[in-house]
Amino acid sequence: MGVALRTIAAIGGGYGLASLSTQALAITLPMAPADAVVTGTLTGLVVYPCAVMWCFAAATVTRACLGLAACCAVPALVILVHQSAAVAA
Amino acid sequence: MMGGLRLSMAWLHTWSGLLVGWILFLVFAGGTASYFRDEITLWMKPELHRAAPAQVTQAAAADRAQQVLAQRAPGSPRWYLALPDERNPAVKADWIPARPAAARGEGAAPKKRTRRAFGSATIDPATGADLGKVRDTRGGDFFFRLHFDLHYMSALWGRWIVGFCSMSMLVAILSGIVTHKRIFKDFFTFRPGKGQRSWLDAHNATAVLALPYHLMITYTGLVTLMFMYLPSGVNSVYPERSAAFYQDLNGGPGDVKPAGVAAPLAALGPLVERASSAWHGAAVGRIVVNLPGDANATVTLTQQEGHGLTHDLPSVTFNGVTGAMLTDPGKQSGAAVQTRGVMYGLHVGRFADPLVRALFFLSGLAGCAMVATGVLMWAVKERPKHNKKHGMGRIGFGLRLVDGLNLGSIAGLLLAMPVFFWANRLLPAAMAQRPEAEIAWFFMAWAVAFVAALAWPSRPMWRLQLGLGGALFALVPVLNAATGGAGLATSLAEGIWAIAGFDLVCLGLGLMLLYAAARLRMAPLVKKLPLAGSAA
Repeated sequence: MGVALRTIAAIGGGYGLASLSTQALAITLPMAPADAVVTGTLTGLVVYPCAVMWCFAAATVTRACLGLAACCAVPALVILVHQSAAVAA
Repeated sequence: MMGGLRLSMAWLHTWSGLLVGWILFLVFAGGTASYFRDEITLWMKPELHRAAPAQVTQAAAADRAQQVLAQRAPGSPRWYLALPDERNPAVKADWIPARPAAARGEGAAPKKRTRRAFGSATIDPATGADLGKVRDTRGGDFFFRLHFDLHYMSALWGRWIVGFCSMSMLVAILSGIVTHKRIFKDFFTFRPGKGQRSWLDAHNATAVLALPYHLMITYTGLVTLMFMYLPSGVNSVYPERSAAFYQDLNGGPGDVKPAGVAAPLAALGPLVERASSAWHGAAVGRIVVNLPGDANATVTLTQQEGHGLTHDLPSVTFNGVTGAMLTDPGKQSGAAVQTRGVMYGLHVGRFADPLVRALFFLSGLAGCAMVATGVLMWAVKERPKHNKKHGMGRIGFGLRLVDGLNLGSIAGLLLAMPVFFWANRLLPAAMAQRPEAEIAWFFMAWAVAFVAALAWPSRPMWRLQLGLGGALFALVPVLNAATGGAGLATSLAEGIWAIAGFDLVCLGLGLMLLYAAARLRMAPLVKKLPLAGSAA
C-alpha cells in the first residue's frame, strides 16, 4: 500500500512539480522567450527524477506527499504572482 | 520497507530498472544500431556497394536535384534535399506531394488536412538517376524509428512509452549512483564464475565504466522530445502558436502563404555557393525549398554537420525567385537554445568522426549489457528464495515470467536483428511492399522467439536463441558476398569501409553470441547459485 501511494505520488506528483517548475521558470527568467522556455524545460527534466527519488527516500508516505506539496507551492506561487502582476499591468 | 537512504534507493533502483528494462533493452539496441544508420542503409542496398557515384560539387548536385524534382514533384508545396557528404554519396530528396486539384482551387476553404505520404528519391548527383528504386528498404531508418517510435502503434504512443521508460531509467541511474558504495573500486573488480557476485560485477562494470555516457544519453534523449513531454513552458510563453516558438528556436522564415502566382524557382546551385562563401567555405548540408514555383518561394540552406557538436546548425534563407538573402547567415541564438542544440547533437552523435562514433557504439553496447545484466541479476538473486520456498528447481510464477521476459527481450531481439538483414537479402529484390515485408520478418522472428521464451524459459532455450542469433550474425559476411554485395575480400581491398565495417561488426557480435551460447552448454559454473534460466 505504501509502495502504491509512493508510486502514484512519484509519477503524478513528480510530473506536476516538473511541469510547474518549467512553467514558472519559462515565464519569469529574464532572457529571450525561447531561451527562457528551453532553460525551464531542461530544468524540469532534472526536477522530475529528483522528485521521484524524494518520494521513495522520505521516511513516511505522509512526509513524501507533504514535501512534494511544499515544493509545488513555490513555483505555483511564482506563477500566480506573475499572472496577477500581468493582469494589473 | 524504507530503512535508510541507501536501502530505499537500492529498492528504487531495482524496480525502476527492472520494470522498464525489457523495453529499455530494445531502445538501447535500436539506438546503438542507429549510430550506423547510413552504413546499415547502404549495406541493405547491395547494388550500390560498388557504384560510388562520381564526385561533383555541392552546387552541381543541387542543380541536378532541382531538375529531377521539377519533373518528379510538380506542384509540391515543399522539397527537402540532403546534399552528398562523406557518409552519403547521393542526394536524398523528400517532398510533400501536391494537394489534389479540388482542394487547390481559387478561394477554396482550407480543408482538414489529410495525412499524405512523403515522396522520396535517392538521386545520383552526377547523372540524376534515381538510385533508390534498386531495392526498396527502410534500412537503418527502421532501427532509428524503432528506437523512439516503437512499431505497430502510433508514433505518439510510442514516444510517450519510450519517454516514460527513459525517465524511469534516469531515476534508476541516479538512485543507482546513490546506492553504490565504491564507484572507483568497482571499475577494476570482476570476479568471474561466482554466480550472483559475477553478475553484480558485470552490471557494475558496464554501468560504471560508461556512466557519463549513460547519464548523458538518457538525459539528452529526453531533451530531444522535451517539448512534447513537458509542454507547460512552451504553452505559457507562446499560448497561441507553438509554431512561433519553433521559429524562434530553429530560425527560418516561418509560415509563408502561397501567392498563387507562378514564378520560376531561382537556380539552387548559385545559392549553395553564396551560402557556403558566407560561412567561410563550410559546406551546405540540407536545403528546404518552400513553395517551389510560386512567387513567394523561399529557399533555406543549412550548414553541413561535422563542424561542431550542435544540432542547431547555421542556416540562411533566400527569396526563391529573386535570390535575395532574407536572413543573416551568421545569426547566433541565445545561450539556452544553443545548449539544447548541443545536447541534441550529443544524443544523435552526427558530429562524430569514425573513431568517436565507434566509441559511442561501444558505449551503447555497454548500455545494452548494463540493462541485460541488470534484469538477469534480478532473476539470479530471486532464485535461491524460490528454491527454499518451492523446493530445489521449482520456481514461482513471478520469477518464471521474468525469466521468460528476459529471454524473449534479450536473446529474442538479438535473433530478430540478424533476421532483418537476412530478409533484406533473401526476399526478391523487386517484390512489392518490400520494406514492410522485411519489417514483418523481424517481428515474426521476434514473436516466435518470445512465445518460445515464455513457454520454455530454460537454459537450453537461451542456448538455442543465442546460438541461432550468433550464427545468423556471424554468417552476415558470407550472406553479403553471396547475394550481390561487396564481400569482405572486395570491400577491404577496395577500401569500401562502410561495408567492410558492417560485415566485421556483425561477425564480431555473432562470435560473441556463439561464445555465450557455448559457455551456457557447460555445467552451471556455480552449483549453489545456478545461472539464469537453469531451473526448467
